[in-house]
This record gives sequence, structure tokens and C-alpha cells, in this order.
Amino acid sequence: MTPQGKLRRLDATGYLACFRGIIWREVLRFLHQRERFLSALVRPLVWLFIFAAGFRQVLGVSIIPPYETYVLYEVFVTPGLIGMILLFNAMQSSLTMVYDRETGAMRTLLVSPFPRSFLLVSKLLGGVAVAVLQAYVFLLIAYFWEIEPPLIGYVTLLPALVLSGLMLGSLALFISSVIRQLENFAGVMNFVIFPMFFASSALYPLWRIRESSPLLYEICRLNPFTHAVELIRFSLYAKFSPMPLVLVVGFTVFFLAAAIFAYNPSKGLMGRRKPLANGGS
Amino acid sequence: MQEAIETQHSEIQTHALEVLGVSHKFGSKVALDNVSLTVPRGRFVVLLGPNGAGKSTLFALITRLYDNVSGEIRIMGFDVRRRSTAALQQLGVVFQGRSLDLDLTALQNLTYHAALHGIGYREGRRLADEALVSVGLADRARDKVRTLSGGQARRLEIARALLHGPACLLLDEATVGLDIASREQVIDIVRGLVRNRGVGVLWATHLVDEVNADDKLVLLHEGRVRYSGTAADLISTTHAESLRAAFIHMTDAGHTHAQ
Repeated sequence: MTPQGKLRRLDATGYLACFRGIIWREVLRFLHQRERFLSALVRPLVWLFIFAAGFRQVLGVSIIPPYETYVLYEVFVTPGLIGMILLFNAMQSSLTMVYDRETGAMRTLLVSPFPRSFLLVSKLLGGVAVAVLQAYVFLLIAYFWEIEPPLIGYVTLLPALVLSGLMLGSLALFISSVIRQLENFAGVMNFVIFPMFFASSALYPLWRIRESSPLLYEICRLNPFTHAVELIRFSLYAKFSPMPLVLVVGFTVFFLAAAIFAYNPSKGLMGRRKPLANGGS
Repeated sequence: MQEAIETQHSEIQTHALEVLGVSHKFGSKVALDNVSLTVPRGRFVVLLGPNGAGKSTLFALITRLYDNVSGEIRIMGFDVRRRSTAALQQLGVVFQGRSLDLDLTALQNLTYHAALHGIGYREGRRLADEALVSVGLADRARDKVRTLSGGQARRLEIARALLHGPACLLLDEATVGLDIASREQVIDIVRGLVRNRGVGVLWATHLVDEVNADDKLVLLHEGRVRYSGTAADLISTTHAESLRAAFIHMTDAGHTHAQ
């Protein structure tokens, strides 16, 4: 074993080892939880195969950027369903973090000598890596359902997925610091996931929403998830739209700062709480 | 020459852990009130207190899960607020609740911990193998933690806490839920670390039968240190028949707390 009391220098190699270790753990956990992978895939596929097929005749989508022609509803809804994968995966991570905090596994991460911000960002990126993998498997299946974006779109999509995943993961990380107990997670479903998903451009174009309700349209425009979906939509067709990019970057920075603040023992919310049941006295 | 002597002197004087005048509140409730204690290197120090005494809160402050806003906490001389990286490098922790990843193997749990201390996979793997041997779990390296018994999981947590070579080891109610044989095994391992490797151990418990007569004892009750000294001295000071009776006398904790 390492001699007692010997101080290691935490240089770039040490940071890299720590980063790799955290990512590897997330991937290992993912590989051990196949049900989680399947359920994450089944959800958007049900929407694609059943919901979108049913709505095809009801909802017409006119020519709106980035599409250059009329598209089927399935094609329109695909970026929203990719966003759904990222959103649910992020919230699943949030749930895992609350669980880890209750069981104590989170403590082993937080008592590492590395800066807490570095540890949290590494953990976030681990979750994003898993979500990106799920998104590409979904696109592979969707290809056989005639969702055929240009080949280059699969490449340009990657940074959009990482950025959107980081934004939603940061939000989830912040939420995990606010949730006191695992039982409260049902509230996250009702107050965060569903409103974010439905009040966005994931299922219907924004102009359609504006026609039916100007108020809802404004809410959708304020919703960070809307801009993540639009970023994914444009990048999937190898198109660039600055506004979603700027807003997603902005929201990511804001949510990440809030999460790091919340987990900071000297400033955040964690140190003001009584120890949880596991913490004993 | 003089400088060398001073350096040597300061190394001798450095305690594994020093807690100086630490207080902590949750809202208006005082959890710790001006708590001070030291854990010299190579000593087994028992933090004895009934449930709710503030032991876990103190551990959360030492490990920087909470921020200590009053007083000072030093690990091997490093202040946990100002030099948290160096301080946490010198610290190994076994938390009260189980904190292993149940879906990973024993070996994977250890290499993950090594990574969290900046140790690369190859070296981490070597250290993990050694650590598993030292706690008698070499044959369970590739088994998922879920399949280990309570005692084996505890020993694995001790191996994990020692992997990066800390000078100070904290154990919070480490024997809770274990059968007698597993309890004794865990205590023997930890006392062996103190004897053979000079680790300073802070052992938090509410079980008086885990205390030896010559152990340094810190008695914590309702967030305050009620006694600090050896267990034998506490018995003679209170004119009690046993440590259990002395503990009840000092805490008025009643029979349910002392076992």
C-alpha cells in the first residue's frame, strides 16, 4: 500500500486519472443496469412509432427551418425525442445522485481531494456520455423508420448533444442538491420533466403554439429545453442557428454555477442541513 | 542544522487530527458546541457518545461535507478549509452508512477510489490487490459488493479508506449491524493499523465494550465534550464500577444508550 502520510502531487496526470475513473464508473454502472438502457430507449420509440404515427394526419408541418421541404411529423418530432432522451437521462442522474447521497456513495466522491467543481463536472460528463450513446442507438433504430438525416448530420449532432446534455445535467445536479429525500423525486417528474417537455418545441412547432395560445408561446420561448431541442434539430441537419447555441451555452453556465454553488460546503445548501438518516448523529 | 532540528520537531509534534473549538448549528439547534480533541499519530482514539451526540456532524465537518465556520480542524497540520486538498489527501474515512457501489466488484470499487485520489489504473490496481490481501478479501476481488456479507463489506470499506495511504483514519460507527465475530475482526484490523503502520484513528461509537482501558477516550454528549482522557482514568474519576457505569453517569443517557 501507499506509505502512510505521503503527499501525492495532484498534477495533470492525477486529474486525468480522476476524470477517467469517474467516467468509467458511470459507464460500468450503465452496463450493469441494462433495464435503464432499455427503458430509456423504449420511451422515445413508443412516441415515434405510435404517437407520431397517429398524429401524422392531424398535424401538418409547413416548411420551417432547418427543413427545406415539407416533412413528416415523425421527422419533425425526432429531435424532440432525442431531447427527451437527454432530459430523462439527466433527471435519472439526478435521482441517482439523491440516492447516492442517501446511501453515502456521494460522500466518497465529495471527500476526494480534487476541487468539488472538477468532480461534479466529471460526473456530469459521465452521465452525458451515457445519454449520447442512447441518443445514437435511438437514431439508428429511427433510421429504419425513414428518419434519414444527412450523414454529416450525425457528426454535427455530437457537439449539440454534449452541450444540451451538459445543460440538462447541470439543471438536474442543482435539483439533486435541493431535493431532501428520494421520495420527493415524484415532484420533479410533475414540476420539472413534464412541463419542460410539453411546453417546448419538442412535439409541435412554435408557430403552431403561438396560434393557439400566445401565453404558452412565451412560456415555451423561456423554456431552456426548447432551445436545446432547436439546437439538436438544426445540428441534425448540419445547419447552424446562433440563437439556440448562445442560449444553451448561457443556460449551461448558469445551471452549472448554481449546482457548484449548491454543493460548495462553505456557501451552498448542503452544509446547512442536518445529516440525513444515514448520517446518524 | 537548527532548521533541520526544528523541522524534525514540528513533524514529531504534528497530530494526525486536531479539532480546536469547533461549533456547528443547524438553524437554531446547536449540534456541536466548542468541541476540541486531538488524535496523535499511532493512537486509537475513541469518540464515545450516545446517538444524537454530534459524532456524525463532527465527521461531516472533518471530511468537509459541511463547512466549519468556527474553530479549526487540521489533518496532519493542514487546515481543512485553507488547505483542503492536502488535508483530504491525508484522510481515510469509513462512513456510518454503507457507501460502496453495490453493482461494482470489490476490485472496481477500490480502483475507483484510487482514481478519486489521482492514482492511475495500473498503480491503483496494484494498491487494490495489496489492500484486499491486508483485509483478507483477496479471494472476493471479482465478486460484486452486493454478494458480500456485512462484515466483508466493512472490511472492504477499511481497505478502501487506506488505499491512498492516509495518516489519519476516521471510522463512524463502523461495527453497527455486524455480528460479534465480524465486529472483532474489524476492530482487530483497525488496531493493527495503529500498531503496525502508525495510523491515527478516530473511532466513533456508542458501544462502550469497544473501548480498551488504555485507549484515549473523548466523551461527546449533546454536542459538547464531557470528558477527555483514558478510559481507566474516567472510571477512577467518577468512582464507577465500570466504563459503562461511568458513561451513564457522565451522560445521564440511560441504559438504552450504553451496551
